[in-house]
Amino acid sequence: MRSTGPVVASELKPHKQLSTLQRFLQYLRPYRKEVPVALSLITLGAATQAIGPFFIGWSIDHLIGQGNLRGLLLLLAMLALLYIVGVWAIRGQILRVGSIMQRILGQLRQDVFDKIQSLPVSFFDRSEAGDLMSRLLNDVSTVNQAFGQTVAQMLGNLFSLVGIVIAMLCINLQLGLLSNLVVPLMIFTTGLFARWARARFRVTRETIGELSAKLEEDIGSVKEAQAFNRVQLNIDEFKALNAANRDANVQAVAITAAFLPSIDFLNTLATAGVLAYGGYLAVTGAATVGVVTAFLLYVQQFFRPIQILSQFYTQAQSALAGLDRIFLLLDEPAELKDAPDATTMPPMQGDVRFEAVEFGYTPSQLVLKQVNLHAQPGQMIALVGPTGAGKSTIINLILRFYDVSGGGVKIDGVDVRRVTQASLRRQIGIVLQDNLLFTGTVAENIAFGCPNATHAEIEAAAQLANVHEFVTSLPQGYATQLGERGAPLSQGQRQLVSIARAVLINPRILILDEATSSIDTRTEALVQAAIARLLKHRTSFVIAHRLSTVTQADQVLVVQQGQIAEQGTHAELVAKQGVYANLYALQLGADATPVAR
Amino acid sequence: MVQPIDLQEPSPMRSLQRVLKSLNAYRWLALGALLSSLLLTAAYAVTPQLFRWGIDQGIADKNLRVVLISAAWMVAAAIARGLFNFGQSFWAEAASQGVAYDLRNRIFSKIQTLSFSYHDQAQTSQLLTRVTSDIEQIRTFLSTSLMQVISAIVTLVSIAVILLIMDWQLALITLTVVPMAGWLLARFLSRNGDLFRQVQEQLGDLNAVLQENLLGIRVVKAFVREQAETERYTQMNQALVRTNMKTILAIRNTFPFIFLLSNLVTLVVVGYGGAAVIDGRFSIGELVAFNSYLLLILQPILLIGFAAPAIAQAAASAERVYEVVDAAIEIRDRPQAVPFQTCGGRITFENVSFRYPGSTIYALKDVSFETQPNELIAILGMTGSGKSTIMNLLPRFYDATQGAVRIDGRDVRDFTLASLRSRIGIVFQETTLFSGTLRENIAYAKPEASLDDVIDAAKAAQMHEFITALPNGYETLVGERGVGLSGGQKQRIAIARTLLTDYSILILDDSTSAVDAKTAAQIQDALDRLMHQKTCTSFVIAQRISTVQNADRIFLMDKGRLVAQGTHDELMRHSPLYGVILESQVKQKAPV
Repeated sequence: MRSTGPVVASELKPHKQLSTLQRFLQYLRPYRKEVPVALSLITLGAATQAIGPFFIGWSIDHLIGQGNLRGLLLLLAMLALLYIVGVWAIRGQILRVGSIMQRILGQLRQDVFDKIQSLPVSFFDRSEAGDLMSRLLNDVSTVNQAFGQTVAQMLGNLFSLVGIVIAMLCINLQLGLLSNLVVPLMIFTTGLFARWARARFRVTRETIGELSAKLEEDIGSVKEAQAFNRVQLNIDEFKALNAANRDANVQAVAITAAFLPSIDFLNTLATAGVLAYGGYLAVTGAATVGVVTAFLLYVQQFFRPIQILSQFYTQAQSALAGLDRIFLLLDEPAELKDAPDATTMPPMQGDVRFEAVEFGYTPSQLVLKQVNLHAQPGQMIALVGPTGAGKSTIINLILRFYDVSGGGVKIDGVDVRRVTQASLRRQIGIVLQDNLLFTGTVAENIAFGCPNATHAEIEAAAQLANVHEFVTSLPQGYATQLGERGAPLSQGQRQLVSIARAVLINPRILILDEATSSIDTRTEALVQAAIARLLKHRTSFVIAHRLSTVTQADQVLVVQQGQIAEQGTHAELVAKQGVYANLYALQLGADATPVAR
Repeated sequence: MVQPIDLQEPSPMRSLQRVLKSLNAYRWLALGALLSSLLLTAAYAVTPQLFRWGIDQGIADKNLRVVLISAAWMVAAAIARGLFNFGQSFWAEAASQGVAYDLRNRIFSKIQTLSFSYHDQAQTSQLLTRVTSDIEQIRTFLSTSLMQVISAIVTLVSIAVILLIMDWQLALITLTVVPMAGWLLARFLSRNGDLFRQVQEQLGDLNAVLQENLLGIRVVKAFVREQAETERYTQMNQALVRTNMKTILAIRNTFPFIFLLSNLVTLVVVGYGGAAVIDGRFSIGELVAFNSYLLLILQPILLIGFAAPAIAQAAASAERVYEVVDAAIEIRDRPQAVPFQTCGGRITFENVSFRYPGSTIYALKDVSFETQPNELIAILGMTGSGKSTIMNLLPRFYDATQGAVRIDGRDVRDFTLASLRSRIGIVFQETTLFSGTLRENIAYAKPEASLDDVIDAAKAAQMHEFITALPNGYETLVGERGVGLSGGQKQRIAIARTLLTDYSILILDDSTSAVDAKTAAQIQDALDRLMHQKTCTSFVIAQRISTVQNADRIFLMDKGRLVAQGTHDELMRHSPLYGVILESQVKQKAPV
């Protein structure tokens, strides 16, 4: 991390910063007994650092000046002891402050994760997961950076600075005041540069954003560029954005490069002032050489603490903005809880009824209006229709990710709101479009819904899902790690594992989204067979994409504009010559009658 | 990545050397920074001498004039220091930004010109990292670490010289702090490098779990896994806290001692120097100066110490960047390549076999055919039959492993790539839309095309009505912030895009698969007309027999071989495979 000066601060207003800081300090509560110990160690450490020049200055006047070598050596020995004590204090300080901070950060991370688990699905449908993710990662990491290691250092330097100022004022009031004039000046300069830098860095953020966007697009579309001979044009466009980014950065650095020299200059100004005025006092006999020397040494010690404090200040600002966002997340209302008298869902038969269901993600816009449907145990219901259009909503309601605003969803005659969510969902299996797997072994992923499953059960599920052979072909078989640093699986293989995952919990109701892309033919066949097995003897709701699915379904629901436009078997719907017929029959017609040329 | 790394050469360091060489283009900026750095060190070194003069000749001698003059010179030195410090930082940054600019241009151009075979195996995210964060690492190295190391070394050397001149005995005592602090630092870095890496890894793993839970919240809830996931996270979180504590302990065992060292050496200096002052060998001013130099020595040591891992990181990044920059371009123009101009319509495949690089299986096996002028050829086959692969060889996205592809008798490798590809219009299976307006998307290959031309292309692709119905018409923005288009609409944009080029040969790869039957028929009509007007030969690649019925000839592909060619009727009569496919596609309908 560059330490050449103030980087962009956040946009939190000062009073908001204060309240965020206060809330963050609440995290100190469990450690309130350790805090005074830490603070005293910090004070001790800073004091030992600050005291050195005082005694050196004193020794110049009273010992060296008097030719007292023995006294000098005695003093130095004492100082050495003092420094060793100081080291002990600093070590203790690092340990305690560091330990407190790490535990607080750990707690913060935990709170965020716990919160995520308790938020309703509606929250995730609102915020873009990627945006949330990057914010959380960034924010937690800025907090980590600002408050992790540097707190001990910052506090130590702060106390040192205070100690130095006090020592100076004690030795000689006039000289002390003169020297300390520069401190507020330094602080003011820091603020000034921070403001200038902020504007410049905003520009660099824009240019790098544009550059990254162009990069992503062009790197991902090289084939098009080559096929359409656009390579040179892309390169030229890139050069222009590249140059803009370079120039913006150089301009921003002009500010930061000037920051430290400015502080340094103020520091030297103070030193020169001390030399001049102190020299004057010494010459006129109002101060001794030792005093002036001590002051010179002290003033030189200003620079480093101010540098570190200014660094910390800007880091802290970003951290506070990040904390603010984290706290916003923590304040989100938790999800619909089970009713106080909620019972456990008894083993399901799989009879699903929607009775006059009305639902909207926002109260004003209903996505489902007066929906009625009845699926008998073991039936397969295919959902078709233009994208979105309420198909996934029906599934959201069965799983009780959302509650209906009118009417009711009943399973085996029991309204889903009367049972616990856990007991409801344990008996419903899902295979969704994205086939998300989690970090862990293949076995752990298959046993996702049933962590206590035996290996035999896991294998059986894998067999049914046509994935056992594939898994055993992997170098570590079922113990193969999946996830970021694990084995990469193709889309088709992921789907097979997802199917095994659903098979294992042996659900009475199954929810399946058929949308898949780019699976190779062989795996496609395996997937089809596995799904066919999965659908047997279970009530299933399938968002259908394959013709074969709809033709085999017991009921087809055509969902359009939030309403069930048509309901019936495939044959009935084709005969109706309505919406469904329009969607599918033309396709069939084209295939069925090869037109002569 | 694709290219194997030669483990015998110390490549990271070599790559870093190359980076330094590329600094040559900005040598004046670099020299400016270096010079500023040297002058800066001089300005730093001068100030303690001014102390000494001010104290000895000024205060001790009660000479106020000297005191004031030395103070004035100190201010002058500070101004000089400020200017040189600024110059060093600014010019170093400017030079590093220039190098980064050049490097980014180079790697981007390379990526855009590398062949399909490279991109099949490359991952976009890996390439992106190289252009963005790897180059940024290199740049930071140049502007910060390199500069810091050079100025640190210069500072140390010059201060050592000054101290030795002032009093060599005291100097030797003072300079002992250098190797001792250096040793402590080296020990810290070597013991704990792994520890810090472990922290990063654990943090990465923790964040991965967080991400999974965010993206897969439905799956977690549906399988009632909230508790289990939380337990898993808690364990990993606690482990991270423990690892962080280890780093704190490591820091605790090193840095306080480094500072103690410098403090103790100060005491020794004061003791020894004090004794010398008492003996009259030394002045107080010199003593103060010595102390000031001591304060100046510590920082360079720390800087050099922390530069070491930064240098290692930059070297690793440089290696990754040059890996791409050095990648070989497989498909390029032959030395005597001629422009491809007119097309007669005779396209020949002579015993063409093809294997994707890195694969052992042949995707095409001994394929031979010849087209007649103005023919519309349909290539039919299931997934994996090689039907798309054939058409990759015509524009030379890949070169045949064996055999030859000819146009009117000339091998396609004799033509320049630019001219060849500009005359072959392709509509890919997957449509890529670019951020920009609909017009820009259609005019992708010809940004300077007139609106009329764009409209003509859109009309032929049956998109004109839809576009004009939008509020902003052709200026409507596409992409993340713009209008969302359905799969069928995207395909039609792609078709319009291709129609706007100067194609003589047209290749349509499964391009109406997402379009509903009625619109597909309309598009087919328009394309039929265009194909007969403008092309010397056209190819349609498809899976559905309904799409290929109107073709002059149908090529049937199966497992990389051309198993049959002929009209629809001929194939129905003579090809068993064709019959099987026809039947299976008919079967997917309900009994009426």
